[in-house]
Amino acid sequence: MSMAVDGRRRGSLAIGAVRRDFAPWADPGAIPLIRFEQVTKRYGEVTAVDNLSLDIYEREFFCLLGPSGCGKTTLMRMLAGFEAASEGRIVLAGQDLSGVPPYRRPVNMMFQSYALFPHMSVERNIAFGLEQDRLPKAEIADRVVEMLRLVQLEPFARRRPSQLSGGQRQRVALARALAKRPKVLLLDEPLGALDKKLREETQFELMDLQVKLGMTFLVVTHDQEEAMTMADRIAVMDHGRIVQVATPGEIYEQPASRYVAEFIGDVNILEGKVIAAGEGRCTLAVADAPEPVSVAGVAEPLSPGREVALALRPEKLVLTQEEPPPHTPNVFAGTIWDIGYLGDWTIYLVRLASGKTLRVSRANVTRFVERPLSWDDKVFVHFAPEAGVVLTR
Amino acid sequence: MNRRFGFFDATALTLGFAFLYLPILILVVYSFNASRLVTVWGGFSTQWYASLLKNEQLLEAAWVSLRVAFLSAAAATVLGTLAALALVRYGRYPGRTLFTGMVYAPLVMPEVITGLSLLLLFVAVDFDRGFWTVVLAHTTFTMCFVTVVVQARLVDFDRSLEEAAMDLGCPPLKTFFTITLPLIAPSVLAGFLLAFTLSLDDLVIASFTSGPGATTLPMRIYSQVRLGVTPEINAVCTILVALVTVGVISASLATKRQAMAGR
Repeated sequence: MSMAVDGRRRGSLAIGAVRRDFAPWADPGAIPLIRFEQVTKRYGEVTAVDNLSLDIYEREFFCLLGPSGCGKTTLMRMLAGFEAASEGRIVLAGQDLSGVPPYRRPVNMMFQSYALFPHMSVERNIAFGLEQDRLPKAEIADRVVEMLRLVQLEPFARRRPSQLSGGQRQRVALARALAKRPKVLLLDEPLGALDKKLREETQFELMDLQVKLGMTFLVVTHDQEEAMTMADRIAVMDHGRIVQVATPGEIYEQPASRYVAEFIGDVNILEGKVIAAGEGRCTLAVADAPEPVSVAGVAEPLSPGREVALALRPEKLVLTQEEPPPHTPNVFAGTIWDIGYLGDWTIYLVRLASGKTLRVSRANVTRFVERPLSWDDKVFVHFAPEAGVVLTR
Repeated sequence: MNRRFGFFDATALTLGFAFLYLPILILVVYSFNASRLVTVWGGFSTQWYASLLKNEQLLEAAWVSLRVAFLSAAAATVLGTLAALALVRYGRYPGRTLFTGMVYAPLVMPEVITGLSLLLLFVAVDFDRGFWTVVLAHTTFTMCFVTVVVQARLVDFDRSLEEAAMDLGCPPLKTFFTITLPLIAPSVLAGFLLAFTLSLDDLVIASFTSGPGATTLPMRIYSQVRLGVTPEINAVCTILVALVTVGVISASLATKRQAMAGR
């Protein structure tokens, strides 16, 4: 973790300045750099991408997030030109890409397997794309040195890929894809093959790099933490469709559906029925609670009687041993069923009278010798009306 | 697996290798025989190798064989590699099974049939039989061996390497020559060496398709043996065995080196 924090600090000036007010998607006048227009991709009977439309803006760090088989990789490969869309079109900087072969597209890709050419040295790998453009030799040499410096691999220029570690190979792949200064850099599971420590470090380096180069990054990943850390916006995909496109904060705090809420982070889902609603507030009858539950900040209008789900993040639930004062809203009584100690956090599984288990997490803000709470302790869980999200889908 | 190497295993191994290599060993030994009589040992001598150099008929046949082997192996390597690409790369196109079968059929086809059918073809199109008909015939029957060797390599070739090259602006044909071919080169070379030795060995197909002035070494040896085996023939055959051995070993080394490099 310490490295990650350092990375954030180092990059904070650049990233902070550029990212704080960066939101071209909120500006109706902004022209997107990449447009997927009702794109469908079918393989025989299987529909990998289903009538999908998506706009990505210049200088955006955009993540396609979803489980394997959700169509995210197919979508990226269509942009790179390795697959042709069955229907719809892809427009990049005003140019319709239909029928443009991969070797004439102004995008470059970093492959999941890195796909480094094993019979070429690191510098020849990086120079490969520049040589295809028939740039002058001196310019190619300059650019290769620049790229090697960028990924801190100068001493390894003459090595073969097989003589490098996994992290170094990843950097070579990145440098090779960046060398041509593409309009868009595509990254297919860029950190998938790295171990956890290196992955966290590299996340912040990628963010730094993207801001420094002012480039548009499109990342495909199945790792929600990775997407949350790096992206300006995330598109959550499921079965070839986009379920929600939003900033990491919105995705986490205002998920559009139960699928998104469950895919990103941990969540408790309670089934309920609307009793009364209005002005952004509503009261729900929840089977697991003896009294009606009140929720604030409801985005869509709800009519009484409607079946909904209430999503509660574990860290937004408050766990107490003493009964909360009267008039505290949304109180559940239960017993501690299980405890998971993670060092920075502790996860408590609280079993309610109804048999339902709630997941509650608490930050371990003080060092303690004895556990404040133990198995089978009677406890109370409550949450503020603003903490819950009502999901209708 | 960690079994002791017992008496039975040793016997079986000895008998098996004796069965395979005793005849060749005898041939090699007798090529160094000082006696004119093939079956009587008269002391060690290399005189038959020396007299070989004066036997113009045999030398000419050897030259024909080498040229045929080189040209047909080169053609078979190009065609065989293309066939392997077609088999591995184009997925499940209609008629793929038929195409696979047709590429592999010459592997198991009796040589007499291959030879006869080629002869009929050359006669039908009125192609004068000679050097070039042998080259064509050998290309036909060695091509499938190249395909088998190259296909085995292509099956586990990482396609993303080619995609990466194209992504970086390299058109498909150039990608093939700068990325694919260098990486599969060892197996292409192995295929070439295999085709070369197969062509050098062949008697049956050459006999069917050859014409005046294009007698290959195996054909020359065969016709001389009918007049009686001379120690000279033994010497020629020993050289041939050595050539083939070197060819096959290089081919297997090439594939092995590639397997190591792929790791």
